Amino acid sequence: MCGIVGLFLKNDEMRPQLGAMLTDMLITMTDRGPDSAGIAIYGTGGDGVKITVQSDDPATDFDGLDAALTDALGSIGLRIADTHAILTLPADKRDAAINLLKARGLRIMGVGEAMEIYKETGLPRDVAARFNLRDMGGSHGIGHTRMATESAVTTLGAHPFSTADDQCLVHNGSLSNHNQMRRRLARKGVVTQTENDTEVGAAYISSRIAEGATLGEALEGTLEDLDGFFTFVTGTRNGFGVVRDPIACKPAVMAETGDYVAFASEYRAFADLPGIDTAKVWEPEPATVYFWER
Amino acid sequence: MQSLDMAATDLREVNATLQAQAAQTNQTEWVIENPRGSHAVAVGLDAPIHVTVKGSTGYYCAGMNAQATVHVQGSVGPGVAENMMSGEVIIDGDASQYAGATGHGGLLNIKGNASSRCGISMKGIDIVVHGNIGHMSAFMAQKGNLVVLGDAGDALGDSLYEARLFVRGSVKSLGADCIEKEMRPEHLEILADLLTRAGADATPEEFRRYGSARKLYNFNIDHIDEY
Repeated sequence: MCGIVGLFLKNDEMRPQLGAMLTDMLITMTDRGPDSAGIAIYGTGGDGVKITVQSDDPATDFDGLDAALTDALGSIGLRIADTHAILTLPADKRDAAINLLKARGLRIMGVGEAMEIYKETGLPRDVAARFNLRDMGGSHGIGHTRMATESAVTTLGAHPFSTADDQCLVHNGSLSNHNQMRRRLARKGVVTQTENDTEVGAAYISSRIAEGATLGEALEGTLEDLDGFFTFVTGTRNGFGVVRDPIACKPAVMAETGDYVAFASEYRAFADLPGIDTAKVWEPEPATVYFWER
Repeated sequence: MQSLDMAATDLREVNATLQAQAAQTNQTEWVIENPRGSHAVAVGLDAPIHVTVKGSTGYYCAGMNAQATVHVQGSVGPGVAENMMSGEVIIDGDASQYAGATGHGGLLNIKGNASSRCGISMKGIDIVVHGNIGHMSAFMAQKGNLVVLGDAGDALGDSLYEARLFVRGSVKSLGADCIEKEMRPEHLEILADLLTRAGADATPEEFRRYGSARKLYNFNIDHIDEY
């Protein structure tokens, strides 16, 4: 199973409520997958680069992190949320910061101008509470609650997977050619961190975009190059995209009003969205790419 | 008019109440408020009652329906009216995958679109879709009528048995052993009756009929090596 949700706000006045809306949508999808939950949320950006890191032992690993980073890189922003820490720093310090964080044994969850990623094992309700997701504002976001099939139930096996700056992917389904694709990507120098099939899907999309494809072209490419079942929702700096495999046995429903575009595995997730009774509600077609960008 | 509010009443209680209605009940008019996309709403009914669902539902709405009329004022998730025996299920919006799957009887009337696998393995149900249907619809359909006012997706009627398929719009592709067939007077009659019952704004002459070439499910001695 797995439950996936996405929300793209057209109405900027709703931005402070993005985290609350997305969290409620994700909690409603809990019984599609109890193993882990995650959310990628896109804020306003413009403050440099944000790096989200995770530690299984935050009390030790985050102790002194601020001072160490400041010593090495100068003034940085640091916000700690449970097992995650979000660093904000000038774009030219990006690579130095990542090397330093990795050297300290921290896991990089995601990097980007606007994107922050929060994911852990556990139920959506508990994961959302740990990170206070409800209070986060933003322009768009995607979320996932996992029923694990292809790899272990761990923080790194949780979705969303980010394989390039401001890009991430959530997936309902399972890919059957992910090992082959992982090797193909590795030959091109694209390295994945886990044994997970979805990470390969994310890396495939990122590598296509890095090679010059548009988001739409990269999503079209998944239909050709990835084998298996998938309903994908991918987040980018400017919006989000949806694509389903040609068989389309993994559910998907979308809703659009003047205020937002919403995606979910099931209609239930939309029940509390404002104006849903008069929204345009439809099922995305198989093998058809949809995206919304600002 | 009896009302069941799903904001205050457990799904099982809602279904148990409706399932408990006797064939001679005086309480024939029911309304379900606040379905909020719930699964398995109004399933297993077996009495001539009329149930109006005020909003959209999730998986398996009106499954196994017999005698009852279930009218959903919204869209439905996968598997609406699965294995329906008799009665009528009306969907004002769209239906997701495998609408009317394995249905034995009754009328499933979808005012919007139905997605993939509509009428898969249907066994006598009549399905009228006012919009389009998705790929692999009427796969292995055995009996009954599928009427589509819009277009049909890929592989319509793959491995078809004896169900009749009527499509007004285009058919993206036909599945294995499904062919276009001549529209005879008795088919126009069946179609006219179904269109009237479904309140569809169309005339039988606008449709094309598709059915089984009967080559796949009949044993053919020339194909013995392929078995």
